[in-house]
Amino acid sequence: MSAFRLERRGGVAIIMFDQPGSSVNTISPAVGWEFEELLERLAHDDKVNSIVIASAKPDTFIAGADIEEFARLTTVEDAQRLSRDGQLLMQRIADSSKPVVAAIHGVCLGGGLELALACRYRLATSHPKTLLGVPEIQLGLIPGAGGTNRLPRLVGLRAALDLILTGRKVDSGKARRIGLVDDVVPEAILLDTATAVAERLAGGWKPKRPGRGFLAFLLDSTPLGRMFVLGKARDQVEQKSGRNYPAPYRAIEVLRTSNDRGLKRGLEVEAEAFGELAMTDVSRRLVEVFFATTALKKDDGVPAGSGAERTVQRLGVVGAGFMGSSIAGTAVLKAAVQVRLKDADLPRVGRGIQHAEQVLRTQLKRRRLTKFEFTRQRALITGTDDWSGFARADLVIEAVFEELGVKRQVVGDLEAVVESDAVIATNTSTIPIGEIAAGARNPERIVGMHFFSPVDRMPLLEVIPHEGSAVDPVITAVRFGRRMGKTVIVVGDSPGFWVNRILTPYLNEAGFLLEDGIPMEAIDRVMTDWGFPVGPIELLDQVGLDVAEKAGMVMHAAFGSRFTPSRIFQLLRADDRLGRKNGRGFYRYRNGKRDAPDPGIAKLVGVENRSDFDKDKVRERLVHAMLNEAAMAMSEGVVRLPRDGDIGAIFGIGYPPFRGGPMRTLDAIGTVEVVGTLDRLRKECGERFAAAAVLQEMARTGARWYPNGGRR
Amino acid sequence: MPIDPAGRRAVVIAGLRTPFAKAGTVFRDNTASELARHCTRELLYRTELAGDQVSEVIYGQVVPSPLVPNVAREVALLPQFPKTIPAYTLNRACASSAQAVANAADQIHAGRAEVVLAGGVEMLSDVPILFSRKFARVLQAAARAKSLGQRIGAFSSLRPRDFKPVAPAIAEPSTGMTMGDSAEKMAKENGISRIEQDEYALMSHQRAAAADRDGRLAAEIAPWFTGAGNDTVVRSDNLIRPDTSIEALSRLKPVFDRRHGSVTAGNSSPLTDGAATVLMMSEEKAASLGYKPLVAVRSHAVAAVDPGWQLLMGPAYAVPMALERAGLTWNDIGVFEIHEAFAAQVLSNVQAWGSAEWADRLGLSGPVGEVDWDRTNLMGGSIALGHPFAATGARLVTTLAHLMVERGEQFGLVSICAQGGMGFAMILENVQ
Repeated sequence: MSAFRLERRGGVAIIMFDQPGSSVNTISPAVGWEFEELLERLAHDDKVNSIVIASAKPDTFIAGADIEEFARLTTVEDAQRLSRDGQLLMQRIADSSKPVVAAIHGVCLGGGLELALACRYRLATSHPKTLLGVPEIQLGLIPGAGGTNRLPRLVGLRAALDLILTGRKVDSGKARRIGLVDDVVPEAILLDTATAVAERLAGGWKPKRPGRGFLAFLLDSTPLGRMFVLGKARDQVEQKSGRNYPAPYRAIEVLRTSNDRGLKRGLEVEAEAFGELAMTDVSRRLVEVFFATTALKKDDGVPAGSGAERTVQRLGVVGAGFMGSSIAGTAVLKAAVQVRLKDADLPRVGRGIQHAEQVLRTQLKRRRLTKFEFTRQRALITGTDDWSGFARADLVIEAVFEELGVKRQVVGDLEAVVESDAVIATNTSTIPIGEIAAGARNPERIVGMHFFSPVDRMPLLEVIPHEGSAVDPVITAVRFGRRMGKTVIVVGDSPGFWVNRILTPYLNEAGFLLEDGIPMEAIDRVMTDWGFPVGPIELLDQVGLDVAEKAGMVMHAAFGSRFTPSRIFQLLRADDRLGRKNGRGFYRYRNGKRDAPDPGIAKLVGVENRSDFDKDKVRERLVHAMLNEAAMAMSEGVVRLPRDGDIGAIFGIGYPPFRGGPMRTLDAIGTVEVVGTLDRLRKECGERFAAAAVLQEMARTGARWYPNGGRR
Repeated sequence: MPIDPAGRRAVVIAGLRTPFAKAGTVFRDNTASELARHCTRELLYRTELAGDQVSEVIYGQVVPSPLVPNVAREVALLPQFPKTIPAYTLNRACASSAQAVANAADQIHAGRAEVVLAGGVEMLSDVPILFSRKFARVLQAAARAKSLGQRIGAFSSLRPRDFKPVAPAIAEPSTGMTMGDSAEKMAKENGISRIEQDEYALMSHQRAAAADRDGRLAAEIAPWFTGAGNDTVVRSDNLIRPDTSIEALSRLKPVFDRRHGSVTAGNSSPLTDGAATVLMMSEEKAASLGYKPLVAVRSHAVAAVDPGWQLLMGPAYAVPMALERAGLTWNDIGVFEIHEAFAAQVLSNVQAWGSAEWADRLGLSGPVGEVDWDRTNLMGGSIALGHPFAATGARLVTTLAHLMVERGEQFGLVSICAQGGMGFAMILENVQ
């Protein structure tokens, strides 16, 4: 079946891209060949003087290259060939004797934007769903169908660097300002305008592209300026993500060559770089993570078809504190549901409403919400000190104080007011859901929803059914979490669930390292070098030392001596150190920002900071504490699939995405070696490093967490 | 025209208002639409009503903002509603939200609506301030000017006095007399003494203060969040003076006639911000949704007098009309709510209702009725609570409905005097 439909308006041929059997258009070799054939035919068609490319899909122009194709590549040569084929296709479009106009409505990403870049003229709709970008960097790649070369030629070096190195998407307004598109029109007149432009171009019209000013000329168009800009970009990359990701460096290199030695040579190095990057472990892992996240979006954590969602239109939130109000604000922002916020007294409710609105206000300030959207959305949040407005709630999330008695009381009160099949979710990080549900009249409609703080920024949500949870409440919680913009994993009702389970031994180990006299900044540095966004000590400060201590004690009680907390946490709590929130933690804080390590800590702990330590050993202890626990929890079925465990670690604690998650890391290191290291650490540091039974078993049988080594 | 008791009846399910606040205080930085939306939205949640059940929104506003001429539509565009609910804003002066309730009842009675939100709002902290007509003309000319020269030229004719802004006054356009002037006139012509007025005002404050203390007022108020931390909660009206006394009231100087007058700030209703909404349904709809209505609308009437005569005497005509339409007499009524624009006005109306001479004038066989103060304005009135013009009617309907149910009275009456010489009356019937 053909992916293209041809329409004619006078001398203009309109190519409608409409990939069969798919809701979006993607670029693959097969599509490419068909497109080239079509261009060839039109080139010899005397009735045609110009061409418009548009999409027949709703809200998508072209979503990008088919990533399945990338994943099938096995050699650098194959990958380079794929890149060169793409480049050739784009070159055909660029060289077309009949002018080609891109009529863009909806997302125009990656290969889609590269195609648009090869056109003579780009017209985009003003619709908010029209977004343009080259997100390849997020897969550890660079635009490989000529984009890395054509983008700077169109928008200038700095704008091109920004788009390529961040992978961010821009709306059509911004695209027009930087020169990425030539004009922006309402959707209703897109094809008419594109046709008219095509006719004019066929008649010899040369659209004028406005200059970008003197400073832009200096920086983008003079050798000295370009050297400065490229050097600066390199420094920024190094500062932001270190040396763990090769793609940004390769992108800068291609941009340099393309600029110094021309398009032809630029395209050659672009294909070379693309091919080599596609075969790196980093890119492989990032592509796997991409597939895993995509698969999770369709997986409700229960067998497909086993139940039905209760579509949430009205949300109740009990507890107007930091957590409850953040949940309320995020729910309104992302899912536009009505939120009724309840607390014991109205002043607390008022503060909660204000905090929830703050989530919206931040978006208003960043111009991601208009004033009118803001007004409409904030009107969705109301508050009360009684249970009025809860009777028709589809879902109620309680986020009251972490104490079993209080939570049970809330569940009891709620059951008296909500409909019998409304879902009650409890937000807890330490209390088993089964215990909260134990006294309930309808325990089957109770599930756990473990949000991470700050809710509006943390991308993960753990949904926790207890033993007696019915299926529908789980689906309802998972789907609503997704509407709140979260990546959702369904995890077992065991202490710490998944994320805190694997995090606790890691944070404990950081405490033991401090006890051994390793300086905190060294501990943090080792892990940020390994790819974590923050190190464990700084993370403790962020989580809050009271919260961490309480969680640590719960875990210790549940799992015994393996989870014995470092004595340091208690010492700090006794010294009224709560972390960032009271400005006193391991680090010092100035205006809420992290400052230098607090020199008082060494005295408090009573050890001298050492300088003679082995960084590899430090890393080994931290990483293996987490990996060992992950294997143990996985074998207990805390998460259903290694995929869920990996995604949970990446989105929940910032586990380095390019390492694919702890289960991928275990496979990468090899179980035999992991067990060997654990045995050694056990001798050196203690029983807590006793290798998980499942690892010992896997080391014997040679089994892997991802048996086919495979992509999924 | 008594309403056919076998026909469709319009019933009141519940009512809710914002706190009433002296203009320029609590709501200084807010808009009318915010107040109207706040109490309507909270009413929706307290009644657990689904937004898509609402067929129409009717709202009153006497001094609308030129930026939001149809505040009713802004209420209907709350995100809790579908965007497809029609809405209009009306102006029957101080009877506006009572008129909104009456119109809602008529719509329901005629079978054109099932669920209507009726209410009113006044935001006297945000009255439009106008430029002089001349300045406005110059601005328009400047906007049309084709050259800089023309534009400057347009401004050259202005004199300093033309820049003086014009604030709207509460004066009758047809006579130039303010409300206060009219109240003075009525006090003098009807022989209402200063002490009678002050005693009346004292009763209003004392009754309001009692209703505030025992929570009867709070039950009708949607708490308002304000302050830097949004944690200052306003849940009562800020104009009630629980500690005022006859001595304090009698010390006040007359405002409108300094030498021979008796109308003071103490025995008049103050300039107030506030909004109030009433949820109305057809009796059948209420039953099918499982609501227990408070009262039904039995009849309503509106009359007008020559504004140059006694401006606030409209109720003297409207009340007998409403009684006749209801097929009832004064003595059938168990509870009364009379809007208190001025003590002098209330006492003048009362005088007329009780007078044989007035009955003659209307062609009635005897006086309309004697007011029993133990059945009238039991929770205080506009003098103590404040009078956001278009919100007062909905407040009176809500309070009256609650009092009728609480006291088990079969019939209740609302009486409102309004600018322009108009009077409004409505009779409610207990359906519980």
